Amino acid sequence: MTTLTVNGKRHEVDADIRTSLLDALREHLALTGTKKGCDHGQCGACTVLVNGRRINSCLTLAVMHENDEITTIEGLGQPENLHPMQESFLHEDGYQCGYCTPGQIVSAVGMLGEFKDGWASHASGDLEGKLDLSDAEISERMSGNICRCSAYPNIVNAIRKASETKETA
Amino acid sequence: MNTHVMDKPVGRTRLDDRTQDIIGKPLDRYEGALKVTGTAPYSHEHLQGEDVAYGFLVLSSIGKGKVTSIDTSAAMEIEGVLSVVEGDNIPRASAEPMSDGHKMANGGVFHYGQPIAFVVAKTFEIARQAAHLVKAAYEEEEGRFKLSDEKGRARISDGGVMESDTKRGDFEKAFEKAEVQYDETFTTPSQSASAMEPHATVAKWDGDQLTIWSSGQLVSSNTTQIATGVGIEESQIHFICPYIGGGFGSKLGIGPEAVLAALAAKKVGKPVKVALTRQQVYQATSRRSEAIQRIRIGCTKEGRITAIAHENWLANSEGNDFFEPAGVSTVFLYAGEDRLVTHRVAQTDVLMTSAVRAPGEAVGLLALENAMDELAEKLGLDPIEFRKINEPDKNPQDDTPFSSRKLLECYEEGAKRFGWTDRPEKPGARREGDWLIGYGMAAGSRKNMIVPSSADVELTADGRLTIRSSMTDIGTGTYTILSQIAAEVLGLPIDRVDVELGDSRLPSGSGSGGSFGANSAGSSVYVACEDLIAQLAKRLDVDPESLTLKDGFAIAGNRQVPIGEIAGGQTLLASGSIKPGETAENTHQASYGAHFCEVGVNAVTGEARVRRLLTVAAAGRIFNEKTAKSQCYGGQIWGIGGALMEDLVVDARSGMIVNHNLAEYHVPVNADIQNLEVVLLDEHDPYGSPLAGKGIGELALAGVGAAVTNAIYNACGARVRDYPMTLDKIIAGMTV
Ligand code: FES
Ligand code: FES
Repeated sequence: MTTLTVNGKRHEVDADIRTSLLDALREHLALTGTKKGCDHGQCGACTVLVNGRRINSCLTLAVMHENDEITTIEGLGQPENLHPMQESFLHEDGYQCGYCTPGQIVSAVGMLGEFKDGWASHASGDLEGKLDLSDAEISERMSGNICRCSAYPNIVNAIRKASETKETA
Repeated sequence: MNTHVMDKPVGRTRLDDRTQDIIGKPLDRYEGALKVTGTAPYSHEHLQGEDVAYGFLVLSSIGKGKVTSIDTSAAMEIEGVLSVVEGDNIPRASAEPMSDGHKMANGGVFHYGQPIAFVVAKTFEIARQAAHLVKAAYEEEEGRFKLSDEKGRARISDGGVMESDTKRGDFEKAFEKAEVQYDETFTTPSQSASAMEPHATVAKWDGDQLTIWSSGQLVSSNTTQIATGVGIEESQIHFICPYIGGGFGSKLGIGPEAVLAALAAKKVGKPVKVALTRQQVYQATSRRSEAIQRIRIGCTKEGRITAIAHENWLANSEGNDFFEPAGVSTVFLYAGEDRLVTHRVAQTDVLMTSAVRAPGEAVGLLALENAMDELAEKLGLDPIEFRKINEPDKNPQDDTPFSSRKLLECYEEGAKRFGWTDRPEKPGARREGDWLIGYGMAAGSRKNMIVPSSADVELTADGRLTIRSSMTDIGTGTYTILSQIAAEVLGLPIDRVDVELGDSRLPSGSGSGGSFGANSAGSSVYVACEDLIAQLAKRLDVDPESLTLKDGFAIAGNRQVPIGEIAGGQTLLASGSIKPGETAENTHQASYGAHFCEVGVNAVTGEARVRRLLTVAAAGRIFNEKTAKSQCYGGQIWGIGGALMEDLVVDARSGMIVNHNLAEYHVPVNADIQNLEVVLLDEHDPYGSPLAGKGIGELALAGVGAAVTNAIYNACGARVRDYPMTLDKIIAGMTV
């Protein structure tokens, strides 16, 4: 048995030692909001937050996360109680088929945290100085989340708008 | 059932009156809250908490030959393995779109990575492990893996979405006589739809009744395909797919896993879940054909086209007749008396080819629109001017009138907004540091059609309406636009309209494909609403025309009644169907657009970056400005991908698709994209459908890639006729 803490709730999971965190969420805990697009770290559809940082849940095993706080899309908000980032994706039409969307949204929340903590990116002018959340910064930092519907312009708009509301940051 | 056959142009309708003023509005998506919270269920996500088994496909490791034996003993020894399905009746790949069923392997191997067995186990992990222990022995044969080698054996096919040949006059003679001649051959690569949701199925039996949750764009024919494969009646199948994680043509025919899941579920006595791995999606579903395209254009010194030809060589696997209709736009886009468009299909032993977003236009317009750019330069004409000279006033192939065509307006509006007059005069003329700057443009067109579609609407006493159809929403916005059409016609506040889709028990919808979904399914909803209005009017004893419907009230003369109360507490039901008719024959229908692109090409590395891209399009009535524009951004980005990176590489020794994953099959990512703009011109096409709309989802892709590569030429002088235009080819072709 593995104990996982997901969205503030503890779960006992009877999973194979080989079960990825992604499959534990989807097949054992019925948390299917986290999507499987490639199962090997190439698409970002499976993005979750582990202790506040974004990771690809397909690239890590469930048994490695006994003492971690895991946040999935379901933990950010629900249809009647949307997180500001979800709200922003909804209004800006930052999705089409919706399959990459939970990963995009969780990734965006994690990305803003990295940004706030001063992590530079390839698009940053300066590795040490003050960062500016330009469209180029957002695009660069979100390039680990593929959207084949290609909602990128609206994804960038959604993240920019959400970053301007207090609750998200 | 109220059926509308599109024999005549539609007159003024309630969509023009806009009493409720909701049609076209940029509303948020109907199902949006479910999608952004991860609560919209996709195919693999059904039967949560039930006792299910997991399936895993075993694929062939040769490209051509026979399976002589399959040894499952090592797999069966693993604890938790329930069964291995093998034998003859295993689908070779996805079913061909609209076909009755899959081509079956029957022991043969028709392409590398063809399904040969299906392992079912208690858990996903066990199924995956066991699948790797299944050992097949083969009798290998020499395969044909390269289109260029097979070109000489290519044949006419009658299984395409257009005639393989269209001819007018005597092209060869006219071309020979032309004052100016252009003759070049282009090659475009195979591509993969690469939808983010892998093909996935959950299959469950109750007695002899089968419930299938699977990703299919066309519910009706997908149900038929499963019935054929499993060997049961369609009436025994309940097919459900409320949400599809992208299709782009790859889910028009049902994937190979659906039949196997159903057969396996029967065998093991419990539901079976299966999703293809990402590599299996590339190797075992379908792909866009590579193409060899020869373009010849003859014209006068002044630039009037007299002769135009587009000859195409495409690939498909044995028994599959589809061909990528790469010449589809050349049939009608430009004037010219003598014309020739041909398609020849060569058999190869590579995964079958099928429709991928904008089949035909996506790759055909790369060649045609590059040719137009090259020829304009040769003639000393501005590319827009050259196109204007050759704008036909009727279909140049058969003289039918265009139902609507605003291509000239698209050029003009686009040139103005983009600042076309500021175009660098010649390659190398504008440089910013290491970056060479260029502008390019291209025209785009997409054939328009509707297909039969049906829907029901139900009005309850509380004044709520429910729309029901087996139509699908693959991210195109169907839920939302159907609710907008009904709300406008019936004068209902939008939050009183519900939509149920993607279920084979509902009236048969058109499904999603070929940009026909919105108009076909939308028209059936429109027709059903008209029928409902007739019922309401009859009960109120007035003419339907004199009935005003607004904000949930029916207003006739000095009476105003809540619409739900008219039937005295009863529920009212109405059905509608649409069928294509004479307008499809006596008018030529297409959507049109013009694309304008600015690129920067790095003079040192050859890297090309799209700096801005503008599409001006006219596609009939727009039902929701927001979702329509999102479709267009998507199309533009696919166009950029097709120009610069997408290339499905087949190993010429084995037929294996080498770059079968999202890291090596390059699709555009967020950082590849900046400054996209889409402008939709006001247009109504009364011949297209009762909604006066035309297709849009694929138009915005048609021609984009050529605008990008024409801009690359303008920047640095590189003409590359072998797509995609990667930096190695750009560097080699640079003239500045
Ligand atoms: S599913 Fe994890 S990155 Fe694609
Ligand atoms: S919304 Fe379809 S893949 Fe992103």
